[in-house]
Amino acid sequence: MSDVTTPTEEWTKPLPTPDDVNRDYWQAGTEGRLLIQACPHCGHRQFYPRALCTSCAGEPEWLECTGRGTVHTFTIVRQMGMRAFRNELPYVVAMIELDEGPLIMGNVTDCDPESVRIGLPVEVHFINAADDVGVPMWRPVPAR
Amino acid sequence: MDRTPVIVGTGLSDYPVAPHLDGVQHHVQATQRALADAGIDKSTLDGYVGVGGSGGMMIDDAVTMAEYLRIDHRYIDGTMTGGSSFEFHVQHLAAAIREGLCDTAIVTYGSDQLSRMGRQLGTGGFQRPGQRVAGPIQYEAPYGNSLVGAYAMHAARHMHEFGTTSEQLAEIAVGVREYAMLNPHAMYRDPMTVDDVVSSRMIADPLHKLDCCAITDGGGAIIMTTAERARDLPQPPVYVLGAAGAQTHWNVSQQVDFTTSAGAKAGPVAFARAGLTPDDVDMLMFYDSFTITCLILLESLGFVPRGEGGPFIAEGHLKRGGRWPLNTDGGGLSSSHPGMRGIFLLIEAARQLRGQAGEAQVPDCQVALCAGSGGWLSCIGVAILGAEHP
Repeated sequence: MSDVTTPTEEWTKPLPTPDDVNRDYWQAGTEGRLLIQACPHCGHRQFYPRALCTSCAGEPEWLECTGRGTVHTFTIVRQMGMRAFRNELPYVVAMIELDEGPLIMGNVTDCDPESVRIGLPVEVHFINAADDVGVPMWRPVPAR
Repeated sequence: MDRTPVIVGTGLSDYPVAPHLDGVQHHVQATQRALADAGIDKSTLDGYVGVGGSGGMMIDDAVTMAEYLRIDHRYIDGTMTGGSSFEFHVQHLAAAIREGLCDTAIVTYGSDQLSRMGRQLGTGGFQRPGQRVAGPIQYEAPYGNSLVGAYAMHAARHMHEFGTTSEQLAEIAVGVREYAMLNPHAMYRDPMTVDDVVSSRMIADPLHKLDCCAITDGGGAIIMTTAERARDLPQPPVYVLGAAGAQTHWNVSQQVDFTTSAGAKAGPVAFARAGLTPDDVDMLMFYDSFTITCLILLESLGFVPRGEGGPFIAEGHLKRGGRWPLNTDGGGLSSSHPGMRGIFLLIEAARQLRGQAGEAQVPDCQVALCAGSGGWLSCIGVAILGAEHP
């Protein structure tokens, strides 16, 4: 279980849409759990959630992740028109390589954007965008 | 009957700033100019190809434009792969012409991007606050990435793996600007140095403002037919020697490898079809949405080994007088980028192969390679064009 933050202000960023395929994924986020899919037939792991395994076309199942990964690549966004994001400039958008394999997009928070590097170990935390939507975010793993 | 596919007419609408035209009018003006260039009547057209959706409120998808232009076609294609759509169109249309599905077809594009939408494309954000997003984009939209940021993530990874530098990327923008200075219509024509690029404002690290293409108005059209028909037409025919397309992903977070592109698959297919290698190519028209786009296309299409593009470019090989002159019209970086640029690659390559490029003419230009990148380095379309009958 990872940190889950429920913001006091209304979520004004784009809001994901739970559906029959991804409902468990977004719901798990509100409980501090990160899910990807794994195929019971061929073992393939994938993100984002789909109704089929992209490798063998079988029916994938959920796999709960450790919530750890590394920064595979990233950018520091310094210009963005949409107000909800403009207020947070500059911020990091990264592709995180999960310990379980797949890549997932997210913001790297709780650090100086200039300190982010490819290979940086990160851990997941969540922000509740709605009652049924927990959005995964990432922060550097604290030094021990 | 020689059904070798050829380009026999091209047309550009007014650019880069054309507040007097809406997107559909760009399609129309480009169509009129391409017909005049080809020396044929509109009634000759029996194929229509196009892609819309690049200009705010206007409706210009293929079936709508075929109706608006009233083209009595027996072949239609509206394949949409983003900015590379037109290189995919050439692949499809070449096959259709060879097969006899049509004899003479027009491909059109038009956008009033700058005059109607301003410069929000690159960093504007597409959603309204709190708006629900569905489909695969919902796994990206909450994080506020920009279009520039999607390409920046490719540049960052390429720099990490291969030591590519901002200065090397800047050389691409500088070389293309030198050609823009020869194009009286180009959006940006002032002299520019590597230092100007790397000291310009950072938009999404590591991409600076001058690593990014212009946002303009504009439209284009090409007319394709058979080599047989081309014999009676006024312009020197431009032959389609080989064309191919491939896709690795659509949304950027599904990119498989941030240092290469589907050009690694499409390139060899197009070259094999043409019976040529990169050594045979005289000039390049790459989709220069950003400097990094050109570097990744150069490597993934096999012009240089993977990871060696940066130092190669810094030696000036893509500049005027270099081994492979790049984007001789001034490119998207300095001349025009109205939403989707793919058709302009074909039009400029045709101008070079006809020997009509004036001061920007590449000497003895026999083979040109056009490579479009659609989406976020997602769909790569390659068209190899030649001045001689294959």
